[in-house]
Amino acid sequence: MSETRKLRVATTSLAGCFGCHMSLLDMDERLFQLLEHIEFDRSPLTDIKHCGPCDIGIVEGGICNAENVHVLREFRKNCKILIALGACAVTGGLPAQRNHLDLGACLQEVYLTEPGLSHGLIPNDPELPLPLDKVHPLHEVVKVDYFIPGCPPSGEAIWTFLTDLLAGRSPHLGHGLIKYD
Amino acid sequence: MTATPAMSPQPPAATTATFQLDGREVPFNEGQTIIQAALAAGRYIPHLCYHPEFKPHGSCKLCTVKVNGRPAASCTLPAQAGLVVESDTEELNGLRRTLVQMLFAEGNHFCPSCEKSGNCTLQALGYDLGVMTAGFRHFFPDRPVDASHPDILLDFNRCILCELCVRASCEVDGKCVFALSGRGQTKHLVVNAASGRLADTDADLADKAMEVCPVGVIIKKRVGFAQPIGQRRYDARPISAQALEDAPRPGAGSPGCAACEEGG
Repeated sequence: MSETRKLRVATTSLAGCFGCHMSLLDMDERLFQLLEHIEFDRSPLTDIKHCGPCDIGIVEGGICNAENVHVLREFRKNCKILIALGACAVTGGLPAQRNHLDLGACLQEVYLTEPGLSHGLIPNDPELPLPLDKVHPLHEVVKVDYFIPGCPPSGEAIWTFLTDLLAGRSPHLGHGLIKYD
Repeated sequence: MTATPAMSPQPPAATTATFQLDGREVPFNEGQTIIQAALAAGRYIPHLCYHPEFKPHGSCKLCTVKVNGRPAASCTLPAQAGLVVESDTEELNGLRRTLVQMLFAEGNHFCPSCEKSGNCTLQALGYDLGVMTAGFRHFFPDRPVDASHPDILLDFNRCILCELCVRASCEVDGKCVFALSGRGQTKHLVVNAASGRLADTDADLADKAMEVCPVGVIIKKRVGFAQPIGQRRYDARPISAQALEDAPRPGAGSPGCAACEEGG
Protein backbone atom coordinates (compact mmCIF):
# COMPACT_ATOMS: atom_id res chain seq x y z
CA MET A 1 0.00 0.00 0.00
CA SER A 2 2.49 2.55 -1.15
CA GLU A 3 0.14 4.88 -3.02
CA THR A 4 -0.18 8.36 -1.68
CA ARG A 5 -3.47 8.91 -3.48
CA LYS A 6 -6.42 7.33 -1.75
CA LEU A 7 -8.39 4.88 -3.87
CA ARG A 8 -11.95 5.99 -4.57
CA VAL A 9 -14.55 3.36 -3.71
CA ALA A 10 -18.26 3.42 -4.56
CA THR A 11 -20.78 1.03 -3.04
CA THR A 12 -24.47 0.37 -3.58
CA SER A 13 -27.19 -2.10 -2.73
CA LEU A 14 -29.48 -3.17 -5.59
CA ALA A 15 -31.86 -6.12 -5.05
CA GLY A 16 -30.24 -6.76 -1.69
CA CYS A 17 -31.11 -6.28 1.96
CA PHE A 18 -28.13 -4.10 3.00
CA GLY A 19 -26.86 -7.06 5.00
CA CYS A 20 -23.62 -7.02 3.01
CA HIS A 21 -23.15 -3.34 3.88
CA MET A 22 -23.76 -4.24 7.52
CA SER A 23 -21.06 -6.87 7.14
CA LEU A 24 -18.72 -4.24 5.66
CA LEU A 25 -19.25 -2.18 8.82
CA ASP A 26 -18.71 -5.35 10.83
CA MET A 27 -14.96 -5.07 10.29
CA ASP A 28 -15.23 -2.58 13.17
CA GLU A 29 -12.15 -0.54 14.04
CA ARG A 30 -10.32 -1.84 11.00
CA LEU A 31 -12.52 0.56 9.05
CA PHE A 32 -10.15 3.31 10.24
CA GLN A 33 -7.19 1.42 8.80
CA LEU A 34 -9.13 0.96 5.58
CA LEU A 35 -9.96 4.68 5.44
CA GLU A 36 -6.25 5.48 5.41
CA HIS A 37 -6.17 3.93 1.94
CA ILE A 38 -9.62 4.55 0.50
CA GLU A 39 -12.27 7.24 0.33
CA PHE A 40 -15.92 6.74 -0.49
CA ASP A 41 -17.66 8.09 -3.56
CA ARG A 42 -21.33 7.15 -4.12
CA SER A 43 -22.39 4.97 -1.22
CA PRO A 44 -25.20 4.68 1.35
CA LEU A 45 -22.46 5.84 3.76
CA THR A 46 -21.98 9.19 1.98
CA ASP A 47 -25.44 9.65 0.43
CA ILE A 48 -23.80 10.78 -2.83
CA LYS A 49 -26.42 9.99 -5.48
CA HIS A 50 -24.28 9.29 -8.55
CA CYS A 51 -20.79 7.92 -8.81
CA GLY A 52 -17.91 9.64 -10.52
CA PRO A 53 -14.73 7.96 -11.74
CA CYS A 54 -13.73 5.36 -9.14
CA ASP A 55 -11.07 2.73 -8.64
CA ILE A 56 -13.32 0.13 -7.03
CA GLY A 57 -17.08 -0.39 -7.20
CA ILE A 58 -18.72 -2.73 -4.71
CA VAL A 59 -22.23 -3.87 -5.57
CA GLU A 60 -24.53 -5.74 -3.21
CA GLY A 61 -27.73 -7.38 -4.46
CA GLY A 62 -28.88 -8.75 -7.79
CA ILE A 63 -30.80 -7.13 -10.62
CA CYS A 64 -34.59 -7.18 -10.18
CA ASN A 65 -35.81 -3.95 -11.80
CA ALA A 66 -35.00 -1.34 -14.44
CA GLU A 67 -33.35 1.05 -11.97
CA ASN A 68 -30.95 -1.71 -10.84
CA VAL A 69 -29.79 -2.03 -14.46
CA HIS A 70 -29.14 1.73 -14.74
CA VAL A 71 -27.22 1.88 -11.46
CA LEU A 72 -25.16 -1.20 -12.30
CA ARG A 73 -24.23 0.23 -15.70
CA GLU A 74 -23.26 3.54 -14.04
CA PHE A 75 -20.98 1.59 -11.72
CA ARG A 76 -19.44 -0.43 -14.54
CA LYS A 77 -18.84 2.72 -16.57
CA ASN A 78 -17.13 4.55 -13.72
CA CYS A 79 -15.29 1.85 -11.78
CA LYS A 80 -12.01 0.30 -12.89
CA ILE A 81 -12.67 -2.76 -10.75
CA LEU A 82 -16.19 -4.03 -10.11
CA ILE A 83 -16.84 -6.42 -7.22
CA ALA A 84 -20.05 -8.46 -6.76
CA LEU A 85 -20.54 -8.62 -3.00
CA GLY A 86 -22.70 -11.35 -1.48
CA ALA A 87 -24.98 -14.18 -2.55
CA CYS A 88 -27.59 -11.99 -4.32
CA ALA A 89 -25.01 -10.14 -6.44
CA VAL A 90 -23.23 -13.41 -7.25
CA THR A 91 -26.20 -15.78 -7.81
CA GLY A 92 -29.40 -13.68 -7.74
CA GLY A 93 -29.96 -14.99 -4.23
CA LEU A 94 -33.24 -14.96 -2.41
CA PRO A 95 -35.03 -12.56 -4.82
CA ALA A 96 -34.19 -14.96 -7.68
CA GLN A 97 -36.33 -17.61 -6.01
CA ARG A 98 -39.25 -15.94 -7.82
CA ASN A 99 -37.68 -16.78 -11.17
CA HIS A 100 -39.75 -19.90 -11.77
CA LEU A 101 -42.97 -17.98 -11.05
CA ASP A 102 -44.93 -15.72 -13.35
CA LEU A 103 -44.30 -12.10 -12.34
CA GLY A 104 -47.91 -11.03 -12.98
CA ALA A 105 -49.23 -13.87 -10.84
CA CYS A 106 -46.74 -12.90 -8.09
CA LEU A 107 -47.95 -9.28 -8.03
CA GLN A 108 -51.58 -10.42 -8.09
CA GLU A 109 -51.08 -12.68 -5.13
CA VAL A 110 -49.07 -10.23 -3.05
CA TYR A 111 -51.17 -7.11 -3.66
CA LEU A 112 -54.65 -8.38 -4.50
CA THR A 113 -55.61 -11.88 -3.47
CA GLU A 114 -53.55 -12.38 -0.32
CA PRO A 115 -55.73 -12.13 2.83
CA GLY A 116 -55.50 -8.74 4.51
CA LEU A 117 -55.07 -6.78 1.30
CA SER A 118 -58.54 -7.27 -0.08
CA HIS A 119 -58.77 -3.72 -1.39
CA GLY A 120 -55.15 -3.44 -2.40
CA LEU A 121 -53.88 -2.50 -5.82
CA ILE A 122 -50.77 -3.35 -7.77
CA PRO A 123 -48.45 -0.32 -7.41
CA ASN A 124 -48.17 1.52 -10.72
CA ASP A 125 -46.77 4.94 -9.81
CA PRO A 126 -44.53 6.12 -12.68
CA GLU A 127 -41.81 6.90 -10.08
CA LEU A 128 -41.50 3.20 -9.29
CA PRO A 129 -38.96 1.27 -11.37
CA LEU A 130 -40.51 -1.55 -13.38
CA PRO A 131 -39.71 -5.02 -12.09
CA LEU A 132 -37.89 -7.34 -14.49
CA ASP A 133 -39.41 -10.61 -15.58
CA LYS A 134 -36.50 -12.47 -13.92
CA VAL A 135 -33.94 -11.59 -11.25
CA HIS A 136 -30.34 -11.78 -12.49
CA PRO A 137 -26.93 -12.02 -10.90
CA LEU A 138 -24.68 -9.08 -11.83
CA HIS A 139 -22.45 -11.00 -14.25
CA GLU A 140 -25.43 -11.64 -16.52
CA VAL A 141 -25.73 -7.88 -17.13
CA VAL A 142 -22.19 -6.42 -17.02
CA LYS A 143 -18.65 -7.76 -16.76
CA VAL A 144 -17.76 -8.36 -13.12
CA ASP A 145 -14.10 -8.53 -12.08
CA TYR A 146 -14.36 -10.17 -8.66
CA PHE A 147 -16.94 -12.13 -6.69
CA ILE A 148 -17.25 -12.43 -2.92
CA PRO A 149 -19.96 -15.01 -2.14
CA GLY A 150 -21.75 -15.34 1.21
CA CYS A 151 -25.03 -14.33 2.85
CA PRO A 152 -23.49 -12.10 3.92
CA PRO A 153 -19.73 -12.50 3.43
CA SER A 154 -18.14 -11.97 6.85
CA GLY A 155 -16.46 -8.68 7.74
CA GLU A 156 -13.27 -10.72 7.92
CA ALA A 157 -13.75 -11.95 4.34
CA ILE A 158 -14.41 -8.43 3.02
CA TRP A 159 -11.39 -7.09 4.93
CA THR A 160 -9.12 -9.85 3.62
CA PHE A 161 -10.36 -9.36 0.08
CA LEU A 162 -9.97 -5.58 0.08
CA THR A 163 -6.57 -5.54 1.77
CA ASP A 164 -5.29 -8.11 -0.74
CA LEU A 165 -6.60 -5.95 -3.55
CA LEU A 166 -5.16 -2.73 -2.11
CA ALA A 167 -1.78 -4.39 -1.68
CA GLY A 168 -1.78 -5.47 -5.32
CA ARG A 169 -2.15 -9.18 -4.56
CA SER A 170 -4.68 -11.53 -6.18
CA PRO A 171 -7.41 -11.68 -3.54
CA HIS A 172 -7.63 -15.10 -1.95
CA LEU A 173 -10.18 -16.32 0.59
CA GLY A 174 -9.21 -19.63 2.15
CA HIS A 175 -11.30 -22.15 4.06
CA GLY A 176 -13.72 -20.49 6.48
CA LEU A 177 -13.79 -17.17 4.62
CA ILE A 178 -15.26 -18.45 1.37
CA LYS A 179 -18.84 -19.47 2.04
CA TYR A 180 -22.13 -19.49 0.15
CA ASP A 181 -24.54 -19.18 3.08
CA MET B 1 13.11 -44.67 -10.28
CA THR B 2 10.59 -47.00 -8.66
CA ALA B 3 11.10 -49.92 -6.37
CA THR B 4 8.90 -52.09 -8.52
CA PRO B 5 10.28 -55.61 -8.64
CA ALA B 6 11.21 -57.32 -11.87
CA MET B 7 8.37 -57.39 -14.35
CA SER B 8 5.82 -60.11 -13.92
CA PRO B 9 2.72 -60.49 -16.10
CA GLN B 10 0.37 -60.35 -13.11
CA PRO B 11 1.42 -58.46 -10.00
CA PRO B 12 0.82 -60.47 -6.84
CA ALA B 13 -2.14 -59.59 -4.63
CA ALA B 14 0.11 -58.16 -1.95
CA THR B 15 0.65 -54.38 -1.92
CA THR B 16 3.90 -54.49 -3.81
CA ALA B 17 2.73 -52.93 -7.04
CA THR B 18 2.64 -49.15 -7.23
CA PHE B 19 1.68 -46.34 -9.57
CA GLN B 20 2.80 -42.77 -9.45
CA LEU B 21 0.41 -40.02 -8.29
CA ASP B 22 1.71 -36.47 -8.64
CA GLY B 23 5.26 -37.77 -8.47
CA ARG B 24 4.82 -40.01 -5.41
CA GLU B 25 4.34 -43.78 -5.36
CA VAL B 26 0.94 -45.19 -4.36
CA PRO B 27 0.67 -48.91 -3.55
CA PHE B 28 -2.43 -50.78 -4.67
CA ASN B 29 -4.11 -54.14 -4.48
CA GLU B 30 -5.25 -56.00 -7.55
CA GLY B 31 -8.76 -54.83 -8.46
CA GLN B 32 -8.54 -51.42 -6.82
CA THR B 33 -9.36 -48.37 -8.88
CA ILE B 34 -7.01 -45.40 -8.91
CA ILE B 35 -9.17 -43.37 -6.53
CA GLN B 36 -9.59 -46.31 -4.12
CA ALA B 37 -5.85 -46.86 -3.93
CA ALA B 38 -5.17 -43.14 -3.62
CA LEU B 39 -7.68 -42.58 -0.80
CA ALA B 40 -6.52 -45.71 1.03
CA ALA B 41 -2.98 -44.32 0.87
CA GLY B 42 -4.13 -41.00 2.31
CA ARG B 43 -4.02 -39.13 -0.99
CA TYR B 44 -7.06 -37.04 -1.86
CA ILE B 45 -8.57 -36.80 -5.34
CA PRO B 46 -11.65 -34.50 -5.51
CA HIS B 47 -14.82 -36.48 -6.25
CA LEU B 48 -18.59 -36.09 -6.12
CA CYS B 49 -20.50 -39.14 -7.44
CA TYR B 50 -17.93 -41.64 -6.18
CA HIS B 51 -18.82 -43.20 -2.82
CA PRO B 52 -16.68 -45.90 -1.22
CA GLU B 53 -19.70 -48.11 -0.50
CA PHE B 54 -21.12 -48.20 -4.02
CA LYS B 55 -20.16 -49.29 -7.49
CA PRO B 56 -18.38 -46.46 -9.28
CA HIS B 57 -20.60 -44.44 -11.57
CA GLY B 58 -18.12 -42.23 -13.44
CA SER B 59 -20.63 -39.51 -14.26
CA CYS B 60 -19.58 -36.36 -12.42
CA LYS B 61 -16.04 -36.34 -13.85
CA LEU B 62 -14.73 -34.38 -10.85
CA CYS B 63 -12.22 -37.16 -10.18
CA THR B 64 -10.74 -36.92 -13.66
CA VAL B 65 -6.97 -37.33 -13.62
CA LYS B 66 -4.39 -37.57 -16.36
CA VAL B 67 -3.09 -41.08 -16.77
CA ASN B 68 0.06 -41.26 -18.87
CA GLY B 69 -1.03 -37.91 -20.29
CA ARG B 70 -4.62 -38.86 -21.11
CA PRO B 71 -7.68 -37.82 -19.08
CA ALA B 72 -9.58 -40.61 -17.31
CA ALA B 73 -12.08 -40.93 -14.45
CA SER B 74 -10.03 -42.20 -11.52
CA CYS B 75 -13.10 -43.84 -9.94
CA THR B 76 -13.53 -46.29 -12.82
CA LEU B 77 -9.98 -46.87 -14.03
CA PRO B 78 -8.30 -49.93 -12.47
CA ALA B 79 -4.88 -49.19 -11.00
CA GLN B 80 -1.96 -50.70 -12.88
CA ALA B 81 1.69 -50.87 -12.01
CA GLY B 82 3.80 -48.10 -13.42
CA LEU B 83 1.01 -45.67 -14.41
CA VAL B 84 1.95 -42.02 -14.20
CA VAL B 85 -1.07 -40.15 -12.79
CA GLU B 86 -1.46 -36.39 -12.42
CA SER B 87 -4.25 -34.99 -10.25
CA ASP B 88 -3.37 -31.91 -8.21
CA THR B 89 -2.45 -29.64 -11.12
CA GLU B 90 -3.68 -26.16 -12.01
CA GLU B 91 -5.08 -27.50 -15.29
CA LEU B 92 -7.11 -30.32 -13.73
CA ASN B 93 -8.29 -28.23 -10.77
CA GLY B 94 -9.36 -25.54 -13.24
CA LEU B 95 -11.46 -28.09 -15.14
CA ARG B 96 -12.94 -29.35 -11.85
CA ARG B 97 -13.80 -25.77 -10.92
CA THR B 98 -15.67 -25.36 -14.22
CA LEU B 99 -17.61 -28.60 -13.64
CA VAL B 100 -18.72 -27.39 -10.22
CA GLN B 101 -19.67 -24.01 -11.69
CA MET B 102 -21.82 -25.69 -14.33
CA LEU B 103 -23.62 -27.73 -11.66
CA PHE B 104 -24.34 -24.55 -9.70
CA ALA B 105 -25.65 -22.76 -12.82
CA GLU B 106 -27.80 -25.70 -13.89
CA GLY B 107 -29.87 -26.21 -10.73
CA ASN B 108 -31.42 -23.88 -8.18
CA HIS B 109 -28.74 -23.89 -5.50
CA PHE B 110 -29.77 -21.24 -2.98
CA CYS B 111 -27.33 -22.10 -0.20
CA PRO B 112 -28.52 -19.48 2.32
CA SER B 113 -31.94 -21.11 2.59
CA CYS B 114 -30.88 -24.76 2.20
CA GLU B 115 -30.95 -27.02 5.25
CA LYS B 116 -28.06 -29.03 3.80
CA SER B 117 -25.76 -26.00 3.81
CA GLY B 118 -22.59 -26.74 5.73
CA ASN B 119 -23.04 -30.48 5.20
CA CYS B 120 -23.21 -30.35 1.40
CA THR B 121 -20.57 -32.05 -0.73
CA LEU B 122 -21.11 -29.81 -3.74
CA GLN B 123 -20.76 -26.69 -1.61
CA ALA B 124 -17.69 -28.06 0.18
CA LEU B 125 -16.04 -28.86 -3.16
CA GLY B 126 -16.81 -25.33 -4.32
CA TYR B 127 -15.09 -23.92 -1.23
CA ASP B 128 -12.09 -26.20 -1.63
CA LEU B 129 -11.65 -25.45 -5.33
CA GLY B 130 -12.11 -21.70 -4.77
CA VAL B 131 -15.32 -21.35 -6.79
CA MET B 132 -16.39 -17.73 -6.23
CA THR B 133 -19.20 -17.63 -8.83
CA ALA B 134 -21.11 -19.99 -11.11
CA GLY B 135 -19.85 -17.79 -13.93
CA PHE B 136 -22.33 -19.03 -16.50
CA ARG B 137 -25.91 -17.88 -17.02
CA HIS B 138 -28.09 -19.48 -14.39
CA PHE B 139 -30.80 -21.76 -15.79
CA PHE B 140 -33.26 -21.10 -12.92
CA PRO B 141 -35.21 -24.24 -13.89
CA ASP B 142 -38.76 -24.86 -12.65
CA ARG B 143 -38.61 -27.99 -10.50
CA PRO B 144 -41.53 -28.44 -8.09
CA VAL B 145 -40.73 -30.15 -4.78
CA ASP B 146 -42.38 -33.39 -3.63
CA ALA B 147 -43.55 -33.05 -0.02
CA SER B 148 -46.06 -35.92 -0.24
CA HIS B 149 -44.19 -38.32 2.06
CA PRO B 150 -44.89 -37.83 5.78
CA ASP B 151 -41.19 -37.97 6.78
CA ILE B 152 -39.20 -37.07 3.68
CA LEU B 153 -39.07 -33.99 1.46
CA LEU B 154 -37.68 -34.17 -2.08
CA ASP B 155 -36.31 -30.85 -3.35
CA PHE B 156 -35.37 -31.56 -6.96
CA ASN B 157 -34.02 -28.03 -7.38
CA ARG B 158 -30.70 -29.17 -5.93
CA CYS B 159 -30.28 -32.47 -7.81
CA ILE B 160 -26.91 -32.99 -9.53
CA LEU B 161 -27.81 -36.38 -11.07
CA CYS B 162 -25.07 -38.31 -9.25
CA GLU B 163 -27.38 -41.34 -8.94
CA LEU B 164 -26.20 -42.13 -5.42
CA CYS B 165 -29.82 -42.45 -4.22
CA VAL B 166 -30.61 -44.56 -7.30
CA ARG B 167 -27.69 -46.87 -6.56
CA ALA B 168 -28.40 -47.07 -2.82
CA SER B 169 -32.09 -47.78 -3.33
CA CYS B 170 -31.43 -50.56 -5.84
CA GLU B 171 -28.17 -52.06 -4.57
CA VAL B 172 -28.75 -51.82 -0.80
CA ASP B 173 -32.45 -51.27 -0.09
CA GLY B 174 -33.66 -53.45 -2.98
CA LYS B 175 -36.51 -50.99 -3.57
CA CYS B 176 -35.45 -49.00 -6.64
CA VAL B 177 -37.43 -45.98 -5.48
CA PHE B 178 -35.45 -43.57 -7.65
CA ALA B 179 -34.37 -43.41 -11.28
CA LEU B 180 -33.11 -40.90 -13.80
CA SER B 181 -35.36 -40.08 -16.73
CA GLY B 182 -34.88 -38.07 -19.91
CA ARG B 183 -31.70 -37.32 -21.79
CA GLY B 184 -29.20 -34.47 -21.98
CA GLN B 185 -30.58 -31.21 -20.70
CA THR B 186 -33.93 -32.77 -19.81
CA LYS B 187 -32.44 -35.52 -17.64
CA HIS B 188 -33.97 -35.48 -14.18
CA LEU B 189 -34.57 -37.54 -11.08
CA VAL B 190 -37.90 -39.36 -10.92
CA VAL B 191 -39.72 -41.46 -8.33
CA ASN B 192 -40.77 -44.95 -9.36
CA ALA B 193 -44.50 -44.76 -8.71
CA ALA B 194 -47.41 -44.49 -11.12
CA SER B 195 -48.30 -41.15 -9.51
CA GLY B 196 -44.64 -40.04 -9.44
CA ARG B 197 -45.06 -39.17 -5.74
CA LEU B 198 -42.73 -40.42 -3.03
CA ALA B 199 -45.72 -41.11 -0.73
CA ASP B 200 -46.82 -43.84 -3.14
CA THR B 201 -43.56 -45.81 -2.84
CA ASP B 202 -42.27 -47.91 0.04
CA ALA B 203 -39.49 -45.38 0.73
CA ASP B 204 -38.66 -45.21 4.42
CA LEU B 205 -36.49 -42.96 6.56
CA ALA B 206 -34.32 -45.93 7.54
CA ASP B 207 -33.39 -46.63 3.89
CA LYS B 208 -29.80 -46.29 2.79
CA ALA B 209 -31.03 -44.10 -0.06
CA MET B 210 -32.19 -41.48 2.44
CA GLU B 211 -28.71 -40.82 3.79
CA VAL B 212 -26.49 -40.72 0.71
CA CYS B 213 -27.61 -37.55 -1.07
CA PRO B 214 -24.50 -35.35 -1.34
CA VAL B 215 -26.66 -32.22 -1.80
CA GLY B 216 -30.00 -31.16 -0.35
CA VAL B 217 -32.50 -33.16 -2.42
CA ILE B 218 -33.50 -35.86 0.07
CA ILE B 219 -34.39 -34.03 3.25
CA LYS B 220 -35.59 -35.45 6.52
CA LYS B 221 -38.61 -33.43 7.63
CA ARG B 222 -38.76 -31.53 10.93
CA VAL B 223 -35.01 -31.55 11.66
CA GLY B 224 -33.82 -28.75 9.36
CA PHE B 225 -31.16 -26.33 10.61
CA ALA B 226 -30.69 -28.38 13.79
CA GLN B 227 -26.91 -27.92 13.73
CA PRO B 228 -25.78 -24.35 14.40
CA ILE B 229 -23.39 -22.66 11.97
CA GLY B 230 -19.88 -23.48 13.12
CA GLN B 231 -20.74 -27.06 14.08
CA ARG B 232 -21.69 -28.39 10.66
CA ARG B 233 -19.59 -30.94 8.86
CA TYR B 234 -17.51 -28.68 6.65
CA ASP B 235 -17.38 -25.62 8.92
CA ALA B 236 -14.19 -26.62 10.71
CA ARG B 237 -12.23 -28.52 8.08
CA PRO B 238 -12.34 -28.61 4.29
CA ILE B 239 -13.63 -31.65 2.42
CA SER B 240 -10.13 -32.53 1.22
CA ALA B 241 -9.16 -33.21 4.84
CA GLN B 242 -12.29 -35.22 5.64
CA ALA B 243 -12.80 -37.39 2.56
CA LEU B 244 -9.80 -39.49 3.55
CA GLU B 245 -11.50 -40.48 6.78
CA ASP B 246 -14.38 -42.09 4.86
CA ALA B 247 -12.10 -44.13 2.65
CA PRO B 248 -11.80 -47.81 3.53
CA ARG B 249 -8.33 -48.45 4.91
CA PRO B 250 -6.48 -51.71 5.25
CA GLY B 251 -6.78 -52.89 8.84
CA ALA B 252 -9.45 -50.36 9.81
CA GLY B 253 -13.16 -50.86 9.54
CA SER B 254 -15.06 -48.44 7.35
CA PRO B 255 -16.86 -45.89 9.51
CA GLY B 256 -19.96 -46.40 7.36
CA CYS B 257 -22.00 -43.65 5.92
CA ALA B 258 -24.38 -43.23 8.84
CA ALA B 259 -21.46 -41.56 10.60
CA CYS B 260 -21.05 -38.89 7.97
CA GLU B 261 -24.66 -37.79 7.67
CA GLU B 262 -26.61 -35.93 10.32
CA GLY B 263 -23.84 -36.65 12.82
CA GLY B 264 -25.04 -36.10 16.37
